[in-house]
Amino acid sequence: MSKPETLSVVVEREISYPPEKIWRALTQPHLIEEWLMKNDFKPVVDHRFNLRADWGAVDCQVLAVEPNKTLSYTWAAYGLESVVTWTLTPTPTGTHLRMEQSGFRPDQQQAYQGAKYGWQRFIAALEQIVTRTD
Amino acid sequence: MPNAHDALFRTLSDPTRRALFERLCREGEQTVGALTARAKISQPAVSKHLGVLKQAGLVRDRHEGRQTHYSAQLGALAPLVEWTSQMAGFWQNRFDHLEDLLKRMDQ
Repeated sequence: MSKPETLSVVVEREISYPPEKIWRALTQPHLIEEWLMKNDFKPVVDHRFNLRADWGAVDCQVLAVEPNKTLSYTWAAYGLESVVTWTLTPTPTGTHLRMEQSGFRPDQQQAYQGAKYGWQRFIAALEQIVTRTD
Repeated sequence: MPNAHDALFRTLSDPTRRALFERLCREGEQTVGALTARAKISQPAVSKHLGVLKQAGLVRDRHEGRQTHYSAQLGALAPLVEWTSQMAGFWQNRFDHLEDLLKRMDQ
């Protein structure tokens, strides 16, 4: 939950390989299959694809492609539409790889005036629940 | 990600419905009339959305005379917290697989 206005999951890791190599793993279908799921991905904006696993399928659509830097696609599963965004930043020893999955699209949040404040409260409420259930 | 979460996600994925829920979170209990006055939709539409929120356990209604008051039920959001922790676990695991793959890939 890095941004107060979104419900999101962020996973970041320092990886000892250059962005170009990680980019291949993120965008070539036979490589994606090895670490994520079976797929018909293409690094083309608006391309629709599926990720398939034993437990079901995820419907996706490519939103942004900036080779070796950023990749973003929608991720719809179990009735929740989200957006997955990969960011690759070169470091002296390799790459800082960041994945953010936002639970709701920003354009949906902006549909309501003042929603930002509401989401801060919403997230604050979520955090209270986390504290209570811990 | 059990299917039991579907209703909650579907309910909150509608921006109008989420806006109503956010207002109740932000401003506390309100009547249908008060909610309609500041929404861009009709009272029957507001009532319909509130009905869906109620079914998902996100709001509670209280009748007082001719007025119905609605309030947010924050406890119903717990599955969303579960969603974030489940997805975080899922991606941590995928990152491990990705690193394994990178080791195997030709230099």
